[in-house]
Amino acid sequence: MTISANHTAQDQDRTAAVEDALTEAVTKFGITAEDYMLPARHQIEMVDPDGRLKSRAEQGAEPGHEYPVPGDDELLAAYEHLVVGRRVNDQNSALVRQGRMAVYPSSHGQEACQVAAALCLSKSDWMFPTYRDAVAVMTRGVDPVQVMTIFRGDWHSGYDPLQHNVGIQCTPLTTQLLHGVGVAHAAKLRGEDTVVLAMCGDGATSEGDFHEALNFAAVFHLPVIFFVQNNKYAISVPLAHQSVAPSLAHKAVGYGMAGERVDGNDVVALLAVLDRAVKLAREGSGPLLVEANTYRMQAHTNADDDTRYRESSEVAEWRAKDPVNRMRAYLTDRGLLDDDGEVRIREHAEAVASQLREGLSEDVPVEPQELFRHVFARQTPQLKEQSALLADELARDAAAQNSADQEAGK
Amino acid sequence: MSPTITTSSEANGNVSVATARAAASAAASAEAAGPQLVTMAKALNTALSDAMHADSSVLVFGEDVGMLGGVFRITDGLTATFGEQRCFDTPLAESGIVGMAVGMAINGMRPVIEMQFDAFAYPAFEQIISHVAKMHNRTKGAVKLPLVIRIPYGGGIGGVEHHCDSSEAYYAHTAGLKVYTPATVADGYTMLREAIDSDDPVIFMEPKKMYWTKDTVDLADLRSQHKANAAAGTSSEGRAAVARPGTDATLIAYGPSVPTALAAAEAAALEGRSLEVIDVRSIVPFDDETVSASVRKTGRAVVIAEAHGFASVSSEIVARVQERCFHHLAAPIRRVTGFDVPYPAPKLEHYYLPGVDRILDAVDDLQWEN
Repeated sequence: MTISANHTAQDQDRTAAVEDALTEAVTKFGITAEDYMLPARHQIEMVDPDGRLKSRAEQGAEPGHEYPVPGDDELLAAYEHLVVGRRVNDQNSALVRQGRMAVYPSSHGQEACQVAAALCLSKSDWMFPTYRDAVAVMTRGVDPVQVMTIFRGDWHSGYDPLQHNVGIQCTPLTTQLLHGVGVAHAAKLRGEDTVVLAMCGDGATSEGDFHEALNFAAVFHLPVIFFVQNNKYAISVPLAHQSVAPSLAHKAVGYGMAGERVDGNDVVALLAVLDRAVKLAREGSGPLLVEANTYRMQAHTNADDDTRYRESSEVAEWRAKDPVNRMRAYLTDRGLLDDDGEVRIREHAEAVASQLREGLSEDVPVEPQELFRHVFARQTPQLKEQSALLADELARDAAAQNSADQEAGK
Repeated sequence: MSPTITTSSEANGNVSVATARAAASAAASAEAAGPQLVTMAKALNTALSDAMHADSSVLVFGEDVGMLGGVFRITDGLTATFGEQRCFDTPLAESGIVGMAVGMAINGMRPVIEMQFDAFAYPAFEQIISHVAKMHNRTKGAVKLPLVIRIPYGGGIGGVEHHCDSSEAYYAHTAGLKVYTPATVADGYTMLREAIDSDDPVIFMEPKKMYWTKDTVDLADLRSQHKANAAAGTSSEGRAAVARPGTDATLIAYGPSVPTALAAAEAAALEGRSLEVIDVRSIVPFDDETVSASVRKTGRAVVIAEAHGFASVSSEIVARVQERCFHHLAAPIRRVTGFDVPYPAPKLEHYYLPGVDRILDAVDDLQWEN
């Protein structure tokens, strides 16, 4: 009796809390809860592929789904990151071809998503990236060489997540979304206003942890933005094989959260939508799902051959929608960017590229004992034994080499 | 930890931490003084409650752990005492529970999460293997994951399918996880406190058939011992215990097999054979020293476990003892384990589980004529 009575009381509290949040949305935007949660009928887009600002009527805005154009300073900063991001993507692919990195999943073509994902967050917020989000991690302020360590082959990650509030780049799909949910939950319990942006791709929305993360975030009413970069392919498998939902943003309503879709090659629209999502989440509106409609311009990685599963004409169509060129045209057209500005930005990008070339060509000596050092916070006797075994092997190798050298010297 | 948890729970109308502290210290003082008959369930519950008092970053969550107090009542009263923010029910999603705990641990909390049954923990396998076990390593020690995953395990309760697995080998096989399993009421308290104190992730395997096992313990004494050990930076992590001293052969067991091994030793004593029983306690890290010392002394050993024998913790123990004690052995090390079959239906489980007779047969087989 007591148990069921208490459960009912809890359920009522919870329902009331969710209703309060919805009422707030309805009051704030003057729309119904369903209209708040369902994405606008069209994706949000602001600058067309030729760099022209669309009219308000063409931007996809609707009551409750209205987005002001971000400020000029924000856009100029974003453009600089776009240029740097593109340069980094292409530099890294070149380094892979030269054998200096094992692999690099490039976000070439998705730089607008990468840049906006980082710029919409405050320093105390958190980002949970995937393996393809190196540019986002870098844009967040992590040293580029540290970011690429994961692909260089001397350790599985190169930066301290706690120093930058960035999770380590995650290779298993969507498992990191739950880590983002946990970070947000802990922050909420401490009364902090941390917002978490957790990233995944279109294929990843089929994973079980995608569902569990969205549902947990909604049920616990946590400030998490799920940012889905729909780049149309999961290695070779096209979106149609992953989902027949009207859009990936429509998945939000099933969890009781708001969804929006946005032109993922338009950094202006991305910043507008993500800035508002961050603001809403910080104000206590609960989680949101943002789907960015973009395209993976290159193969999955250097080990993949995309001619086996897609037409080059499709790639060419998307090349015309390039996020970097579009932004350059827009800013130049608006008189915000001149040749000097462009040159300065390109020099910055070249400096980062050269930093990467140097950092990744460095033959960093690996330290074999590190194998054992970080398995546990408190070492086990078994690992101490194994560490001694390896040390002994190495010492004997060194001694043998030494005496061989001495003999050769005779 | 910041005191904002108190503020926010008050704001939500939950029991505030201050009120909870008062209530719990009243409960603690209501706890009868001196040694009492206590169940393992009560010892575990007290450990959780004490850990939550000691550190406001300790959180408990899982399925039915809130108002119900867990299907085995191990979390009984925690929500009432500490509020819904510190002990709460989650949606039914084990991967979600573990994944969220990883994020909370990254962000300063010490989650203690419950998997309702051994076989229901499998949906969380990817989170445990790929993240819980590896986060510290991947970040070169920058991120610590002080989280405890409690898993009721083992059979002997007449449970239906998927409720009686012995899943310890999966976790023990994974580098980066510590695996504890208590076999006494006192260890239920002490080992759970130490698991929560640990900066490493601990898979805490609770022998579910022993939840209602009673023993005479002094909880207040265990509490102050734990406090003294924590202050001195000492713990019983990685230490096996001699559950019964003996001279003729060593029975090595853990979790639910320890009482069975003790019963076998008792029966053997009536036949004039003195068996030493080692309670492994901590599967990872493993106490080679204590186990080997015993086998070197007796020269004979039988390893006992409910889990399937093939590629198991018991096979690991045999290998380790053989490597360390070969010249002291009078006979090959024997094992008494579950058969390599899916855990059987209730009416068949007594054929499957290691029992006293099967253990004594194995002991008889240890080449006593030599």
